[in-house]
This record gives sequence, structure tokens and C-alpha cells, in this order.
Amino acid sequence: MWLLKLAWKNMWRNRNRTAITITAVFFSVILSVLTNSLQEGVFDNLIKNVVSFYSGYIQVHKSGYWDEQILENTFENLPELQEQVIQIDNVEAVTPRFESFALASSDTLTKGCMVVGILPEKEDAITQLKNKVAEGNYLKDGDEGIMLGEGLAHRLKLQLNDSIVLIGQGYHGAMAVGKYPITGILRFGQPEMNNQSLYMTLSNAQVLFSAENRLTSYVIGLENTNELDQTAVNIRTSLGDTYETMTWEEMMPEVVQHIRTDKGSMVIIQLVLYMLIAFGIFGTLLMMMVERKYEMGMLIAIGMKKFKLMQVMMLESLFTVLSGCLLGILVSIPIVVYLYRNPIRFKGQLAEVYEEFGFEAIFPTSTNPEIFLNQGVLVLILGLVLSLYPLVKIAKINPVTAMKK
Amino acid sequence: MNTVIDAHNISKTFNPETIPIYAVRDVHLHLERGEFTALVGPSGSGKTTLLNLLGGLDKPDKGNILINGVDITSLRPNALIDFRLKNIGFVFQSFNLIPVFTARENVELIMQLQHRSKSEIDERVKILFQEIGLEEKMNTRPAQLSGGQQQRVAVARALASKPQFILADEPTANLDSKSAIKLLDIMAKLNKEENITFIFSTHDPRVIERARRVITLVDGQVHSDTRAIDTSGEHFIPIDKE
Repeated sequence: MWLLKLAWKNMWRNRNRTAITITAVFFSVILSVLTNSLQEGVFDNLIKNVVSFYSGYIQVHKSGYWDEQILENTFENLPELQEQVIQIDNVEAVTPRFESFALASSDTLTKGCMVVGILPEKEDAITQLKNKVAEGNYLKDGDEGIMLGEGLAHRLKLQLNDSIVLIGQGYHGAMAVGKYPITGILRFGQPEMNNQSLYMTLSNAQVLFSAENRLTSYVIGLENTNELDQTAVNIRTSLGDTYETMTWEEMMPEVVQHIRTDKGSMVIIQLVLYMLIAFGIFGTLLMMMVERKYEMGMLIAIGMKKFKLMQVMMLESLFTVLSGCLLGILVSIPIVVYLYRNPIRFKGQLAEVYEEFGFEAIFPTSTNPEIFLNQGVLVLILGLVLSLYPLVKIAKINPVTAMKK
Repeated sequence: MNTVIDAHNISKTFNPETIPIYAVRDVHLHLERGEFTALVGPSGSGKTTLLNLLGGLDKPDKGNILINGVDITSLRPNALIDFRLKNIGFVFQSFNLIPVFTARENVELIMQLQHRSKSEIDERVKILFQEIGLEEKMNTRPAQLSGGQQQRVAVARALASKPQFILADEPTANLDSKSAIKLLDIMAKLNKEENITFIFSTHDPRVIERARRVITLVDGQVHSDTRAIDTSGEHFIPIDKE
């Protein structure tokens, strides 16, 4: 108890030095939490944009479809198959899709587009597609109209209630041609989706492509996205070799690669940050050792074992670094939450640059509690590792030389 | 009387391989319980080095030092720290109280290190502060005490562990006359009434005239060793002529 008392009182013997150390740790925690939370937030947003707004976290196809995306690799929509998937743990919802490519035209303009046949209500349950409606209405079962991305509409100079003509190749080489009224314009965060996608009801798409009751995929929504891999394994095991089960990471390795590369460069930035923190803390430790060398020599002289003195020093460091960490975490929480609710949004040319690379130009933070905990613990460990310096100095201290002025 | 310190033929040389400085050379020293001894000599004569050797803060290159029959030169570092804690009290020239602790906590520290019970600590602290006449300053921090008061607290701290003897390195060097006399009165009283052994290194004539034995060092060697023949301390005779 008296060791704690000594450590606590020592911590406040030089208020300025302690304040400098706590402030260094405090800002370090805030900075590292913010950078991490921004990075995670941007990736989460990217995944949400690319994955949950379109591909879903898991898809089931007929085996071989992903490598050769032709209509001959579609599968029959069997109610018992859907039921089998939905019974699997962590599967929240399943929606069938029929996807193919067609040439969209209006007047003299044409553009290739991706036609997606959906069950409107089920699709919305997984990808919240309804939220993307910028003009007009969301599809209903039995609707004859279509919804298309804002970029595609702009390119074809089409507006709500105009008609669009689709030409493509159907199942078994049949001709796919159709004319549809535009009942909705969609606005996606992801530019690629904005410029290419066109939605119609599943039955309309099956009719257009002469593929009655056939599907290209089941899109699966999860209760807990952290259990992605295990759920994929369970579905794979349940459905066998006739079907292929793919996670979004397998379907879009380029997104995974991008995240990895970006995380790698962030590691370097963080290393620089941690180095700055380390120098800040080390500087104060160095000053403290010079200031208290005489006293430490005296304490050893009068009978305090070096191990006890080391314990006092460790406690002092722990109190100081822990205070900075806790304060840093407490202050960073409202900042991160604010930036989560009001994300940084780039505008103008900078936004265009981001969009060209397929990113939505907004930077929300992530409120994942692990970020606060991890960064706090990391800075704490860093502080405690640096505290080994005084311990080494104490181990080497000679009371006679330490007490020479 | 019983022997507290028995040093045989001790020597200490600094920088033995470059420019050797013979700080202490072939010193024999025998101190009995209850002695009030001053180590005197010019600067650089080896007083502090001898004190450090006797206190187990430094090791002699040659010879051995027995304290209460224990050869401290053969003790391992941790055992030596433990030995110092239980057997030797230190008073330093510049007081060296822990600034963040109150006077009371500074004195308690030694007993905390000895794992004494709270009641025992409380009782001893009370007695010690009575002896140094600072009961009303117990809860004051060192910075709010005068130099003399701080040195009295340092004496109480040195006494806290009930040591075999107290080593004081120039204890009055930083004190004004009044404070120095007050400190010497306390130490002399403790020596007389409780038979506590004191060894001082000093230049201060006020300390020398109160000492019951004066050992003069010159160039690291004992030049003279005299004992007072009366209680006034004004007449000294060499030890070997006792």
C-alpha cells in the first residue's frame, strides 16, 4: 500500500512533467484512435457500398458460374433449396436473383448495362435497395417498369416515365429484347453501380432472357457479419458440390487487396506516430531519471531494495500512462461518434477523383469498441515498455556514484 | 562494551588502472557500542570513502569489515541492502528527505521497508518525533521545514530501524549555528541516554568539540585516534595510550 502511495505522490512531485507525459499519451491515443477509426470506417463504408448494397455477404451459384458467367450456368429456383439455406445458422435472409448483361438504348444512344432481376421486397431486406431510390417509386411484385442507376439514365438522357429498350442474348441462345417504362431512378454511392445497373422484377428478367424459373444466384444476408467464413463453410457443407458458395471476399478479391494495401500503408503512418509518442514519453523519463538519481541512490543506501524501487517506478509509469490513455479514450469517443454521424465529405474535384477510383467520397469513422480498446492498450504497452529504461538504470545504480553531486 | 565495527586493514583505490587515487589505505578501526566518534581531516583525506565503506555502500579493494561480527564485504548486493536496512542508519549532508512525503512518512518509510506493524510504527514515530522535538511538524512536508528541522527528521529516519550505529556525513555542513547546536544536542542526548553509536565525518569544530573520540585521516590513512578524557570533551589522549 505504501508503495502505491509513494508512486502516486511521486507522480505529482513535478506536475509539469507529469502533465506533459499525460498530454503526450492523451493526444497519442486520440490520434491513433482517430486514424484507426477513420480507416476502419472508410473500409466499412466501402464494404457496405460494394458488398451489402449489391453482392450481399455470401452468394450461392451453380458450380462454375463465377468463372463463366453465362446463362447456361444458371440453376433452377427450388423452394426447398431456399428453405435449406435459410435454416442454416446466422443466415438472416435469402433473395433470389437473375443477372445478365444487355445493351440499353434510347433514341440514338446505347450503353451496356447489368440487368438484375429481383424480388423487390426480399432484395430490400438484404441490400436496402429502397433507400437508393432518388426519383420515382421502388419496384413492386408484378411491376412492368424498371429502375436504373442515375449515371446510366444521365448517359442515355432518360428521365422518369421514359422508355428504355434492352437487347441481349437469352438462355440457350434465344434473343432477349424488351421495352420498359422507367419507374424509378437509383442513386448509388459506388459510381460503377450508378453507371451500369438496371433493376426489374425477377419474373420480368426471366421472361426477357427466356429463362423461366432460373436464377443466377441466391444472395444471402447475415445476422452477424463477423461470422462470414464459418457461415459460408456451413452453407457449402449443406448444399454439396452442385452449388458454389462464395463470400464477398472471394467474389471481389480486388476489394480485399485494396483494403490490405491501404492497411499496410496505414501501419507505416502509425509506426511514425508511435515513434513520436515514444520519443515524447522517453524524453520525460530521461529528465525524471536525471532529476531523481540522487534520491534513488539515497533510497538504496538506506535499505530500499532495487526491486522495490523498480516497483515504485513501474507504478508511477502505469499511473501516468494509464491516466493519459483513459482520458484519451474518453475524449475520443464523442469525437469519433460525431464523425460517424457527420462524416467528412469531400466535394468538387477531390470527390470526383475518389469516385473515379470507385470510392464514395465520404469518410465516416467506425465506432467499433475494439478500436478504442486496442489503441488504448497499444499506447499503454508502449508506455510501459519505455518504462523499462528507468528499471534498467535502477538495476545499474550504485548508491555512492548516484549520490555524488 | 561490545564491538560494533571491526575494520581490518581496509584499502580503497579509485582509477587503479589509470591515475590511481588511494582514498583509504590500510585502515584498522575498532568501534565499541555507544561511541560518539568524529572522523576529521582535510578535504580528500578519505573521510567520506571510509564512511561509505563502513556503511556497506562501497566495497574495499582489500581487507574486511565486521559489523556485529558479520563480514559485510562478503555479502551479496541484496543481502547487503537488507543488512544496511536493519543495522545502519544514515544521515546525509543535504538531508535527503523524500520531498513528496511528510516528515512522518519519511520516518515511517524505513519501518515500512522492514514490514513493521502499523501499531509498532505509530508508537515508534511518536517517540522519535518527541526525541527530536518536532511533534508538531510531523505532518509537514520537508520543503516547509528549516534546514535544521529537516536534518532532525533525517536523524529520526536513521533511528527508525533501531540500527547498530548511525553514520553521518557532514551532518551540520548545511546548517546555521543554532540549528547545528540543536542537532548536536539531540544526537549527544541519544548517545548518552540510549547508548546509540554515532560516527560523523566532519570539518565542523562544533562537532569535533562534542565528540568523545576523534579520528584524523590524512591521505587515506589514520593519522591520529584520540579519545576525550573528560566529559567536557576538551582534553583528548591518543587511543593507544589509554
